[in-house]
Amino acid sequence: MIIGEQKPIQDIIGSLGDRKDVRILVVGCDSCMTVSLAGGKEEVRDLVSDLTAHSRRKGLGWRVKGLTLKRQCERRFAEGISADVQNADVVISLGCGVGAQSMSETFPERRIIPGINTSNMGAPEKKGVFKEKCMGCGRCTIDRTAGICTLARCAKGLQNGPCGGSVDGKCELYPEIDCAWHQVYTILEAKGELSEAVEPVPPKDWSRSHSGGVRTVRSKE
Amino acid sequence: MEGTSILKEKLSRGEFIVTAEIAPPKSASADDFIARAEKMRGFADAYNVTDNQTAMVRLSSLAGSVMCLRMGMEPIMQIVCRDRNRIAMQSDILGAHALGVRNVLCISGDHQSFGNQPDAKNVFDVDSTQQIMIFRKMTDEGRLWGGDEIMNPPKLCIGAATNPFGTPMGMHMLRTMNKLAAGAEFFQTQAVFDLDRFDEWMEGIRKQGIHKKAGIIVGILPLRTVRAARFMMNNVPGTCVPDTVLKRLTSAADSSAEGLRIAAETIEHVSSQEGVAGIHIMPINWHASVGQLVNMTGLGPSP
Repeated sequence: MIIGEQKPIQDIIGSLGDRKDVRILVVGCDSCMTVSLAGGKEEVRDLVSDLTAHSRRKGLGWRVKGLTLKRQCERRFAEGISADVQNADVVISLGCGVGAQSMSETFPERRIIPGINTSNMGAPEKKGVFKEKCMGCGRCTIDRTAGICTLARCAKGLQNGPCGGSVDGKCELYPEIDCAWHQVYTILEAKGELSEAVEPVPPKDWSRSHSGGVRTVRSKE
Repeated sequence: MEGTSILKEKLSRGEFIVTAEIAPPKSASADDFIARAEKMRGFADAYNVTDNQTAMVRLSSLAGSVMCLRMGMEPIMQIVCRDRNRIAMQSDILGAHALGVRNVLCISGDHQSFGNQPDAKNVFDVDSTQQIMIFRKMTDEGRLWGGDEIMNPPKLCIGAATNPFGTPMGMHMLRTMNKLAAGAEFFQTQAVFDLDRFDEWMEGIRKQGIHKKAGIIVGILPLRTVRAARFMMNNVPGTCVPDTVLKRLTSAADSSAEGLRIAAETIEHVSSQEGVAGIHIMPINWHASVGQLVNMTGLGPSP
């Protein structure tokens, strides 16, 4: 799933400016941003109430409304709220960067303010903690590394083993981050497959990653 | 295309190697680089020119290496994977070789968050093992990684870094074997302070026969103060300075003299170990220590 976090309220208010009598529509997403605890029904409700309170304090006369879409990234769901969007001057998207763009594409005449900082493709680790797992390189080879993507989960994206800074299983950058290569090593050791880690892995073909240009994926019929 | 690597020749003859590290300054003046290099000139067989180490922007390793050559000092040009993709790396190698550089040290590079441009985007198109593979192909097959033939291919002596104190040791040993399999001809290690742990690591190196295929050049870092020792432990990932060393530095009347003695003892200890091909002195800002250590240990380079 996509992991994101809500922008600080001051950033969102900063984007709105101090124009008076604005009609604001906050659009959340029932999919990834709900799981991310960043743009689901609860977060939409909270943002609506925070913006309303701000408007009241400053005497701005904002009318703030909120709703969520099943999947904001799909235009067919966005099209279903066109009446609400027509009645708003500004839309704050609490979808991921993809969702916010699908709003922009569906409603090109509306100003769409992103309310989420989209972070990565990852998974919930425990309640409220999300970790990056995949970087969308276009050529998955995790079978070579005990099912762990070292491109996404090593700070340097190393493909042949740990850097010299891996100590006691921790990344040299932040002690809270596990060294991906240490995890690979632990699994391979348990399986008795350590010798496979010696074989040099040649430079990667990045042509199917973002480096190869903006990607269009077509599913087979 | 003249000139071969003195380092490679000495390694193949099994002569004890002394290398020293020159950190280029944050300066656009050759004089500032030369002033540093001058303090070490004549004391080592070859001189590593670091590539924006700890992710601090400095004069480039290629330019520094060429300045070394002009001073009659053989450079080991360091290239990190953090800042260059394979296109830039290969281009720099062609250019460096054309200007006389014959040795290269392949390293991942410290993460940019440690440096003075923490907002930078890193590259890591290839890692240090893959960097070795690319330079090997250029040297051994006369081809670029993409396959094109090189008009006049480089003849490089290719090295890599290894940390004897990374834990678990077995994991880091595998990484060293991986770099060896990719074609590293020599290894330069992180600074050694803990001799017991170093011996244990060296035992592992011998057990795997790594020392028979690549020269093991052991990192020596003279500590001037106990503060410097603590700084190393806190800021250089994977560094371990044992309490005995800290105590000696603390209680010494002249801590820099004591630091030199500790470094000289470390040199004597490691050079007596089977399979150690040489030492690599990292003076940080204490440039004069290179000559002092070489003189103290009688390790002056052979003519």
